[in-house]
Amino acid sequence: MFWKAVYVICLRDIRRFFREKSQVIGSIARPALWLAIMGTGFNTVFSSSGSDNYAQFLFPGIIGMTVLFTSVFSAVSVIWDRQFGFLREMLVAPVSRTSIAVGKTLSGCFQSLIQGSIIMVLSFIVDVHLSPLIIVQVLAIILLASFALTSMGLLIASRMPSFEGFNLIMNFLVMPMFLMSGAFFPISGLPAWMKSIVTINPLSYGVDALRGVILGFHEHALTTDILFMAGFAIIMTAVAVTAFNKAE
Amino acid sequence: MIETTDLCKHFDGTKAVDGVTFSVDKGEIFGFLGPNGAGKTTTINILCTLLTPTSGEARVNGYDVSKNPNEVRKSIGLIFQEPSLDDRLTAEENLDFHGMIYDVPKGIRKERKKELLDMVDLWDRRKDVVKTYSGGMKRRLEIARGLLHHPKILFLDEPTLGLDPQTRSHIWRYINKLREEQGITIFMTTHYMDEAENCDRIAIIDYGKVVALDTPDNLKRFVGGDVITIKTTDDEKAEKEIGEQYNLHVRRDAGGIHLEIENSEEFIPQFISSFSTKINSIHLRRPTLDDVFLKLTGHEIRTEEASVRDRMKAGMRMRGGH
Repeated sequence: MFWKAVYVICLRDIRRFFREKSQVIGSIARPALWLAIMGTGFNTVFSSSGSDNYAQFLFPGIIGMTVLFTSVFSAVSVIWDRQFGFLREMLVAPVSRTSIAVGKTLSGCFQSLIQGSIIMVLSFIVDVHLSPLIIVQVLAIILLASFALTSMGLLIASRMPSFEGFNLIMNFLVMPMFLMSGAFFPISGLPAWMKSIVTINPLSYGVDALRGVILGFHEHALTTDILFMAGFAIIMTAVAVTAFNKAE
Repeated sequence: MIETTDLCKHFDGTKAVDGVTFSVDKGEIFGFLGPNGAGKTTTINILCTLLTPTSGEARVNGYDVSKNPNEVRKSIGLIFQEPSLDDRLTAEENLDFHGMIYDVPKGIRKERKKELLDMVDLWDRRKDVVKTYSGGMKRRLEIARGLLHHPKILFLDEPTLGLDPQTRSHIWRYINKLREEQGITIFMTTHYMDEAENCDRIAIIDYGKVVALDTPDNLKRFVGGDVITIKTTDDEKAEKEIGEQYNLHVRRDAGGIHLEIENSEEFIPQFISSFSTKINSIHLRRPTLDDVFLKLTGHEIRTEEASVRDRMKAGMRMRGGH
């Protein structure tokens, strides 16, 4: 029954995901715009300084960005469910809270995988070649990063009774995580205060791993990236499940 | 099927439920009657495991709500006061979600889905997204959903809020059928008196406490006979006269003088012939649960959230209707 509940909760989210045409279109258009505009725009800065192709450098960062936003949004949809009453339908069902939390986490991962795959299709824009092996590796990294970030979002959602605190979370957690993840610029030359933030940011390790796999260019060893994200994911899931069990 | 002992729930010092004790038998329709804010929904939320009681005990289908919430959840169906549908899914998908999470086998699910959607008159709209439904349609769908897994105990929180009489009677017919065939127990809350009349027994609840618990007929008997409303040219003088002559308990408001009396048929002719104040009108009626509530609590069932002005308006309307 545990896995059936997980399946049903995932199934619902996926149905909703594909039903919103604007969401599907947005999930293709957003990364395409970022790549086309930011990639082209900053390319001129980078090429004048004599370094590599910026659009290519940006590509793994855009995957990371998408995973971050997809994961957090899918997790905080719990707050919507609370607002619109559907959460009660889930909470009075004869299934454990843990299965609901796991279902929500996996549905976040699944949505991230879909979004990530869409961006990989866009790799032609920036002239990046992806072999089947790279694609599998990228998907694995997306899965891990998304697991970590969705459980973080779920922790926030279980502690937040309404949408009033949502802007706070967006401005002071999600945006800084996004900007200071090395998605836009290499982290090697940063000042110490910024570097310390980048170091504790789980998304940095996701972006670094993606960049390593796709472009062969990275700061940490792949195992470091994976261990950090896995550790973060395990701790966050444990805390989120506990919080979710206590809520209400 | 349901048993509570000295159940309490406090929110930051307010006693929402304050020592409630009652029990409901199998197959019974049991009503919780009281104004908004009396503690009805809080009690339901405790019984359906959404809230843990501050103190006291509650057992549903033999299981303790705090110690065995999962077994309790398997035994119950809920129809909430506020909407709890996913409005981006279709009616059918909402029912499928429910059926799967309650582990109803696929074949049975399909059969019941048809039966229930027919009952609430939504079969033709089953493939439409719930967002496009009217308020009444959503309510009907929720009722169908609450019955899908054939619960042993059905909780209805203000069930007929926003439903037309035809659907209401459809739903009561289906509920009565389930009750006959499967001995389903029903626990409902309401602040509508006419709806409470459907119950086998009623607990009247006010400020978190049960003030009376009996069958609707016994409760009405408690009022002590029929209710007579008299309007005269001088109500104040008339009130005094009745007090002196008949030694009756009377209540006077803008609607006239109200008295309760056992043998009203004999009383009225005698009263008219001997009364000195000029009588404008006499109105006689059987007691309703409204009268019971008024007698027990000293105030009328009112809407807590309503502003003072709304309450005054409602009060005028109620008095005007006497």
